[in-house]
Amino acid sequence: MTLYLALFYAYPLYRNLDLSLRDYTVRSFVQGDAPFTGLENYRKVFDDPTFAPALTHTVVFTAVCLLFQYAIGLALAVFFNQHFRLSATLRALFLVPWLLPLIVSASTWSWMLNSDSGIVNALLSAVGIGPVNWLTSPEWSLTSVIIANIWIGVPFNLVVLYSGLQSIPVSLYEAAALDGASAWRRFWSITFPLLRPVSAITLLLGLVYTLKVFDIIWIMTKGGPADSSTTFATWSYRLGFGNLLPAFGPARPSATCSSSRPWCSAWCT
Amino acid sequence: MGKTTTGVLLTALMLFPVYWMLNVSFTRDQDMRKSPPDLFPVHGTFEGYRAVLDQQLPYLGTSLVIGLGTVALTVALAAPAGYALAKLRPRGGGLLSFLLLVAQMVPGIIMAMGFYAIYLQLGLLQSVPGLIVADSTLAVPFAVLIFTAFMSGIPGELLQAAQMDGAGPLRTFRSVVLPMSRNAVVTVSLFAFLWSWSDFVFASTLANGGAHEPITLGIYHYIGNNNQEWNAIMATAVVASLPATVILVLAQRYVAAGVTAGAVKD
Repeated sequence: MTLYLALFYAYPLYRNLDLSLRDYTVRSFVQGDAPFTGLENYRKVFDDPTFAPALTHTVVFTAVCLLFQYAIGLALAVFFNQHFRLSATLRALFLVPWLLPLIVSASTWSWMLNSDSGIVNALLSAVGIGPVNWLTSPEWSLTSVIIANIWIGVPFNLVVLYSGLQSIPVSLYEAAALDGASAWRRFWSITFPLLRPVSAITLLLGLVYTLKVFDIIWIMTKGGPADSSTTFATWSYRLGFGNLLPAFGPARPSATCSSSRPWCSAWCT
Repeated sequence: MGKTTTGVLLTALMLFPVYWMLNVSFTRDQDMRKSPPDLFPVHGTFEGYRAVLDQQLPYLGTSLVIGLGTVALTVALAAPAGYALAKLRPRGGGLLSFLLLVAQMVPGIIMAMGFYAIYLQLGLLQSVPGLIVADSTLAVPFAVLIFTAFMSGIPGELLQAAQMDGAGPLRTFRSVVLPMSRNAVVTVSLFAFLWSWSDFVFASTLANGGAHEPITLGIYHYIGNNNQEWNAIMATAVVASLPATVILVLAQRYVAAGVTAGAVKD
């Protein structure tokens, strides 16, 4: 019995040890293979001209994405909670964007947002708005990746919030309707407060996922032009691996570590 | 009726990018730069799909192998771990569950950099097994949590009965627990496969330039190399989306269970 216990326990423990080892390796590159430099790398990172924009972009990206994903997801969840014909099927279809490989969504959006031949600019010009250089102008690149990421995140919010709505007893709504509460009032007085625990978890998970977002930005804009859509995620990747051609010169690992470490501690706190 | 119409319209709006991907994948090269673009593939062509068949099959094969390998590794690691956490109650089990939750939050790039450093020393860069191990870290924490939650629901009497009949924990696990956890195995396998199939971060750091590159890199190279052939890019994207679509259609129940599992189980 104890043997098996040890065996089954050893599996996950081994996994964890493995994980911790990997994280440790990132850090130990500077401390083990290179001379100890203390906080020198941190100083370099904070002094880097990219640091402030990357921080701003990360905060803006995360906050705007979370807000819209949650608001749209909640509105759709309330809508789909009304049980009409086809509602289950349509709700399932909504999951598609979330299940698609990120590279597929990202490349589709890059083509839709293409300045010359994208469908978005074609639609805009049909209503008389001039072409927008979505991905190639510094003013719009961050907005573009935010739009794409909201599209990807809405289904998750919808499904989780919908399952939360299901647990609110119908009798509450009936009682409120009898008391003459409007639909708007019922939402703010019943749905929203009772959904708070589920909302908190949804937003927390959303925060974790959004901070991790890397694929979409990298594929759509590579953090550019001129760092206008660089977040900590893409920045550390670029410092570490450059243009997808990892040349592991002596400067790179320290850059990698220094950029990932403050970031790592940032999400830990 | 009005609600159904609204629902259909909302869904159509939401799925428009997916439709657009399909549309572009059938568009001829010469129509690609047309302004405004055609809303329907009136001059439909299979050029793009022919290009996929010609150039992308090895990538798809690699992705399939990596996906299946990740599923096998994930289930092999997570099912016993879930069993141990749920039923054998080892010391430190609570801490372990917490660590698994935290592990899910580690950004992929941080992991990728760690893997890169290790694989560089071990010579595992650009290898299929290396990528399988890396991809499995995407799914293992989630899988253990699912298995633990599911196996906690298996009645203790059943396990005791098996014990009375002389089955050890390993035998009980194999003959009683595992068959009863079929649903959990399906959910975990689906997500492990989808995640490894869609993985781009690990692929681009660990497998880039190697002999066996997964489909996500296939698409990425396409975007980089020939900016003109968007029908081929989109056709590859459509093919790469097929597993997700098939899984959604065939196993919607398991997908919904998987999505909510993380949130409902605190």
